[in-house]
Amino acid sequence: MLCGPALAVMVGVTAYPLARAVWLSLYSYRITDPAGRRFVGLRNYGVILTDHLWWSDVATTVLITVVTVAVELVIGFAFASVMQRTLFGRRFVRTAILVPYGIITVVAAFSWRYAFALDTGFVDHVFGLGRFAWFGQRTPALFVIILAEIWKTTPFISLLLLAGLAQVPGELLEAAEVDGATKVQRLFRVTLPNMKAAIMVALLFRTLDAYRIFDTVFVTTNGAAGTETVSFLAYRQTITRTALGLGSAVSVLLFMSVVLIAVVFVKGFGVDLARARGER
Amino acid sequence: MAVFGRRHWGRRRPATLRATLRSIRLVAVVALLAGLVGACGGGGGRAVPALGWYVNPDNGGQAELAAACTAASGGRYRITVSTLPNDASGQREQLVRRLAAKDRSIALMSLDPPFVAEFADAGFLRPFTPGEAAGLTAGVLGGAVDAATWQGRLVAAPFWANTQLLWFRRSAAARGGLDPAAGPVTWDEVIGAAERADATVEVQGGRSEGYMVLISALVASAGGVVLEHPEAGRDARPALASPPGRRAAEIIARLAHSRAADPGLATADEESGRAAFQGDRGGFMTNWAYVYGAASEGVASGALGRAVLDDIAWARWPRVDAGRPSRPPLGGIDLGVSAYARHPALAVDAVRCLTTADSQRRYMLKSKNPAARASVYDDPEVRKAFPMADLIRESIGEAGPRPKTPYYTDVSAAVTRTFHPPASVNPATTPAAADRLVTGVLHDRVLL
Repeated sequence: MLCGPALAVMVGVTAYPLARAVWLSLYSYRITDPAGRRFVGLRNYGVILTDHLWWSDVATTVLITVVTVAVELVIGFAFASVMQRTLFGRRFVRTAILVPYGIITVVAAFSWRYAFALDTGFVDHVFGLGRFAWFGQRTPALFVIILAEIWKTTPFISLLLLAGLAQVPGELLEAAEVDGATKVQRLFRVTLPNMKAAIMVALLFRTLDAYRIFDTVFVTTNGAAGTETVSFLAYRQTITRTALGLGSAVSVLLFMSVVLIAVVFVKGFGVDLARARGER
Repeated sequence: MAVFGRRHWGRRRPATLRATLRSIRLVAVVALLAGLVGACGGGGGRAVPALGWYVNPDNGGQAELAAACTAASGGRYRITVSTLPNDASGQREQLVRRLAAKDRSIALMSLDPPFVAEFADAGFLRPFTPGEAAGLTAGVLGGAVDAATWQGRLVAAPFWANTQLLWFRRSAAARGGLDPAAGPVTWDEVIGAAERADATVEVQGGRSEGYMVLISALVASAGGVVLEHPEAGRDARPALASPPGRRAAEIIARLAHSRAADPGLATADEESGRAAFQGDRGGFMTNWAYVYGAASEGVASGALGRAVLDDIAWARWPRVDAGRPSRPPLGGIDLGVSAYARHPALAVDAVRCLTTADSQRRYMLKSKNPAARASVYDDPEVRKAFPMADLIRESIGEAGPRPKTPYYTDVSAAVTRTFHPPASVNPATTPAAADRLVTGVLHDRVLL
């Protein structure tokens, strides 16, 4: 009864748009041609799933997700350790590490674009690359996009991991040290197993986030040079082409992929969100 | 002292608080009243209807015209200017979304000509009556009128027209042994000369509308069209798999694989090309008419050396085949009146004022964008600022429009996607692949 208002708000802002998107995905419909709207059933889904563009965009998105999350986990853990152990200037270190996360993604993406651009960029000059067009080909363009993502969101992972590190009981580490465990052994046998819940939550959140990447691609390459992601595909069908039917179908499929990722993490890897928050 | 101060404040706080609250209330009331008075318009109590004009970003020229026409209306209307996003696609997206929601705050809009058909077909534009159209098109260059017409009716008023020229650096052209100013030159000659001069040919090869401009102009200059029966909407027939389409692909492939290609060709747009053209390896460039004005301003502000400006020359857009005159690209801005405007009659009046020959002349001088009315090019001041005025007028008159279809965005995106990156273009396969993609996209059979 008490959660009634919250439920009503959730239905209004989440369930209704979702249901509407599912409904629209069954139509061939363009904003600029309202009279041409017609019911096509599941045809839009058939079109998308048999189109190689969808699958190549999924592959690009998965590639970006896997690489960024893996690298961020390692660097994030290092940052978390630094933040935990810093004795002097703790505030300064923590703030310095968190600054990139505080910058708006679009702004960060623009600064990366300008840094690597042919006309305004300093990267080519600094590394003596002549006039290398970073955004002209798939591999270097993806490299910059992944770098920008890592720079931007590693602080987020390190924050979550810092919380996990704080949960590792100090006496366990001391006991291991007394028993003669090396630093590496302490890390892999004591610290990491004790913060598994925090690691899995960090991975889950970042994977969901990385899979929906849009801003950086939009700003740097606008989807050219084989850098298009699934979110970008949905954007182009819906906003640019105003093909609401196809666009909604792409969005629904994107939503289902995200749900799938969450299910795999929660059921497959046994992520316990309640435990990670210390509720149990 | 400190203790005294605290006591002092402690004793007086309630009175100070009351005073503060009083002043806040006073400020709020004044602000509200000011807002009401502002909404009523100048003192007389009679509301002056506001006409919202959504403009593409420029250097303030449209805002100046809006102010001038507001003043000239004698209090009948006032034009308020809202700026749209930077690129043409972003401008279209915002207008489409607003108009699809029947946004009544839009009275006038600055529209890129290729989007006119889509907006008109969707019922977003209020067509001009034949009487209104006569005045709005009198003395306007032919291509610009055609681009603003949909199903026999003028649906937007030509405001300024644009075209591209072949810009070249005299020094590079001399090194390459080519004088484009002496007579028509072909793309092959331009690329060859640039290679000999170790200079670049700057074109818009990034996957955006600029690349579509290049492809359509190449196809038109080869005597073809991108789309046959474009007015058939979804059933229009793409025609790139034809000798003109293959010829266009040949030129793009030749340039992309030549030493004259800019390393950044696959991401190049108008501004990056202009920067490279003004740089050390700059030799030739196809670009819009603003280039010369922008370079002059660069010299005035000290950003560009005088020698570079003196080295810049111009000629007509290159030919594809030596025996056939080129069809340069057509651009510009048309003014549309929204079908949902609150005061359509006043909006038409405002369009009349904004598109007079004098308004266009002022806009051309201020924003360096060429006028749509032919007579403006005879103005002495214009001829001084645009030494190539006659060439611009001639090029607009003989320009080849982009496909006039309500599905222009789909056609453009499909063609540029297939033709991108320029180095991947294969004259034997790319045009046919583009045709297949266009057909599939128009019938919602593939993603884009």
